[in-house]
Amino acid sequence: MKIIIIGAGQVGRTAAYQLAREEANEVTVIDVNDELLRDLQDRLDIRTVCGNGAHPSVLDAAGAASADILVALTNSDEVNMLACEVAYALYGTATKIARVRTTEYAAREKLFSDRGLAVDVWISPEQLVTEYIERLIEFPGALQVLDFADGRVRLVGVRALKGGFLIGQKLRALREHIPKTDARVAAMYRHGRSIKLEGDTLMEEGDEVFFLAARKDIRLVMSELRKLGDPVKRVVIAGGGNIGLRLARALERTTQVKLIERDARRARRVSEILTNTIVLHGDAADEELLVEENIDSADIFCALTNAEEANILSAMLAKRLGASKVMALINRPSYAELMESGPIDIAISPQTVTMGALLSHVRQGDVARVHSLRRGAAEAIEGIVHSGAAGGSRVVGQLIGDIRLPEGTTIGAVVRGEEVLMAHHDTLIQADDHLILFLTDKRQVEVVEKLFQMS
Amino acid sequence: MKSVSALRGTVLPISNVLAGIVVVFSVAMLVPAALAQFEDDSGQGAFGVSALGIFVAGCLWWLATRRFRRELKVRDGILLVTLAWVMVPALAALPLMLGIPGLSFTDAYFEAVSGLTTTGSTVLSGLDHLAASLNFWRHFLHWIGGMGIIVLAVAVLPLLGVGGMQLFRAETPGPMKDSKLTPRIAHTAKALWYVYAGITLACVISLKLAGMSWFDAVCHAFSTMALGGFSTHDASVGYFDSLRIELVLSTFEIIAAMSFATHFLAVRERSLAPYKRDTEAKTILKILAVSVLGLALFLTVKGTYPDYFTALRHAAFNIITIATTCGFATQDYASWPLFAPLWMLFLSCIIPSAGSTGGGIKMIRAVLLAKQTARELTGILHPNLMRPVKVAQTVVDNSVILAVLGFVFLYFMSVVVLTLVLIASGLDLTAALTATVASINNAGPGLGIVGPTSNYSVLNDFQTWVCAVAMLLGRLEVFTLIVIFTPAFWRK
Repeated sequence: MKIIIIGAGQVGRTAAYQLAREEANEVTVIDVNDELLRDLQDRLDIRTVCGNGAHPSVLDAAGAASADILVALTNSDEVNMLACEVAYALYGTATKIARVRTTEYAAREKLFSDRGLAVDVWISPEQLVTEYIERLIEFPGALQVLDFADGRVRLVGVRALKGGFLIGQKLRALREHIPKTDARVAAMYRHGRSIKLEGDTLMEEGDEVFFLAARKDIRLVMSELRKLGDPVKRVVIAGGGNIGLRLARALERTTQVKLIERDARRARRVSEILTNTIVLHGDAADEELLVEENIDSADIFCALTNAEEANILSAMLAKRLGASKVMALINRPSYAELMESGPIDIAISPQTVTMGALLSHVRQGDVARVHSLRRGAAEAIEGIVHSGAAGGSRVVGQLIGDIRLPEGTTIGAVVRGEEVLMAHHDTLIQADDHLILFLTDKRQVEVVEKLFQMS
Repeated sequence: MKSVSALRGTVLPISNVLAGIVVVFSVAMLVPAALAQFEDDSGQGAFGVSALGIFVAGCLWWLATRRFRRELKVRDGILLVTLAWVMVPALAALPLMLGIPGLSFTDAYFEAVSGLTTTGSTVLSGLDHLAASLNFWRHFLHWIGGMGIIVLAVAVLPLLGVGGMQLFRAETPGPMKDSKLTPRIAHTAKALWYVYAGITLACVISLKLAGMSWFDAVCHAFSTMALGGFSTHDASVGYFDSLRIELVLSTFEIIAAMSFATHFLAVRERSLAPYKRDTEAKTILKILAVSVLGLALFLTVKGTYPDYFTALRHAAFNIITIATTCGFATQDYASWPLFAPLWMLFLSCIIPSAGSTGGGIKMIRAVLLAKQTARELTGILHPNLMRPVKVAQTVVDNSVILAVLGFVFLYFMSVVVLTLVLIASGLDLTAALTATVASINNAGPGLGIVGPTSNYSVLNDFQTWVCAVAMLLGRLEVFTLIVIFTPAFWRK
């Protein structure tokens, strides 16, 4: 697959890294900053072109004529959309994805309809991150909550803690303990390493467990793994940027939200937009301000400013001052890893969240949804099994137990129409099923894609 | 103790890749082995034993070092490329030593280095009677070395992935190495080899049509496309004494002296437009045309040849072959008035393009230097001048120009030092200077006792090694080789 990425910012770089890692992709990155490009080219096996990604000559040089996918990720919505238009008009590029942040554009669905702009998919990292945090707040205790099949099935990552029934038990005990609920453990990590899942694998305290369950069963299953926290009532948000503002707006009706913003003018602007939120002007790393605003009774503290170092520090401070749970927006994977095992409960990586949305559109075969997990090392995929005796996917009519999967890969669930079935080795795969797979090793993704490809 | 840890840190991780290259190279030996079998000549045992021995040793080595593998860093790339270029000639020398009785390791190594670096200076005489497989091997070395051992390795070994770019950069000639033809390095390497092989095939057929035997046509096509200079005859191309063959060879030498990236683009776009955009290609044609016409006139006036057309024929062939660093000969041009051969040697420093199979400073650097000089001169008249150096309407970064200046300095220092070393060892000035220049440019014959009518077997062992080093220096464009001998390279 020939892919052009415009914009070598945070998201663009991560996209280039993830895509170039897959053998079949040929990636070209366009940016106006040639130093960024040189650095990128040194580390990745890609081609780079310096220039404005919406200019035809630059697109020419990047090989747009034969490109399959164009992904425009610059920080200008206008450049992104125009690049898609130009690529479509000049080369008829098949798939065009643009990053669109402004709600001005994003709110008008007609703009992206068939008669509108030549943008097939628009993604807004801010929107995605906000939704992601919302889900985490909905399920206190979860490290990750990811939607499949339009939210009918969710993949939840939880750290097993004292008080959970399953601690010290074998995996198969889950089924015996809650026989009426169908759930399936898709992967387990102990000390950062994935462990092989068998019926008699013992679960230990501190294990990171990923399970699949229907939406309504999530709370029940989570309570098997740890003592369930109370529903979130008080949230403190640090940073009134795009994400902070969106999150506050989404939460303010059901929870008590406080938002701390450093810049006076921005704080004023935010307070004009929000209605029920208490907007505070001040520094989120200011101990006195936090104490005064009763940080010790906050259920969740979210540090969502642009500066990741500041996020880390203010989250650590809030934790020490008594916030029950702290989250921080952290871009660098290495920082995120350092922090998650230590003082910060959840490190939110905007790139990982965005990458899932992006990858779903780039993947071959029929892949409806992709979620990047564990900072891109693992992946959860929702694939569609297409029908047809000739040209259908080769897993149609096979028992799940008979499908040969690469190591570290599990089929977690099958979505058949409205029904959600947890995968068992005797489940028969039918045409048009959606399969949800968990890959502990992302390098296996090409093998898995083949399962869904038309033969 | 310190050196041991340095060894573990830098040498062990790359030795696995090195082993892979050795294995690939041993497979290449099967071609002459098959030929020896077919012709039933004296190379039979030599190639069989060498190929098998090297293959087995390479595989064992690969298995033994597998656990040390890691992603390559810039430093690893440089060391790996250098080690590969020092080691592979030693392997290539093995069948020569086994197949030619009485050939010393020094001479065999020289011959192999000369082959792989596409220099084309030889220490062997009686080439006309050499076993076909051994002769083929010499030319095959040219062909492999022409596009590059590493480029070959990157194309056929999937293991080089990301680090491949570091290697590519350490081996590929030219000042600007960041542009890729295709997004994936392995695809770029493959594309280059396809174009190279395609043009070589065209050359073989043209030579056959011009009157060579199939064997001679293949050998000379390898030699021409790699801009090497080995021939299957002691008298080089003079043996054929055929205008048609000379024309074919000259044409393909000029093609090979142009950048293969340009050839690739021309094939992909199916048009000649890429050549029009290629500053180097245009400059090469201009300089060669002026030199050929001018020197032919000079030789006629000096009375070397009776009429202008005879002079033109001989001047054209010999100038083009030396200037492009190929290094065939049809005439004893060393006996021409000294200006002519010295001009030819000078041209060999600058004519080949970056990204071609030729050696020397490369045309792009010469163009950049000329433009930089022009900028300095204009700057004297206009102290407030703003004028970036441009090539084909594209601004060239100042850092590139500084790198070119540094390169040229190092290049001339190498010439001076090596010439002095050769003089100290007892060679006369003409031979010492021209042997150094011809070796570092990978051109081939020098003047005087190492001129076109004689060969490098007159040198003693020490001088032979000096020339071999000069060839490697030239092929790896000085920087890659010299940086290894800086203390900073070995510091953690």
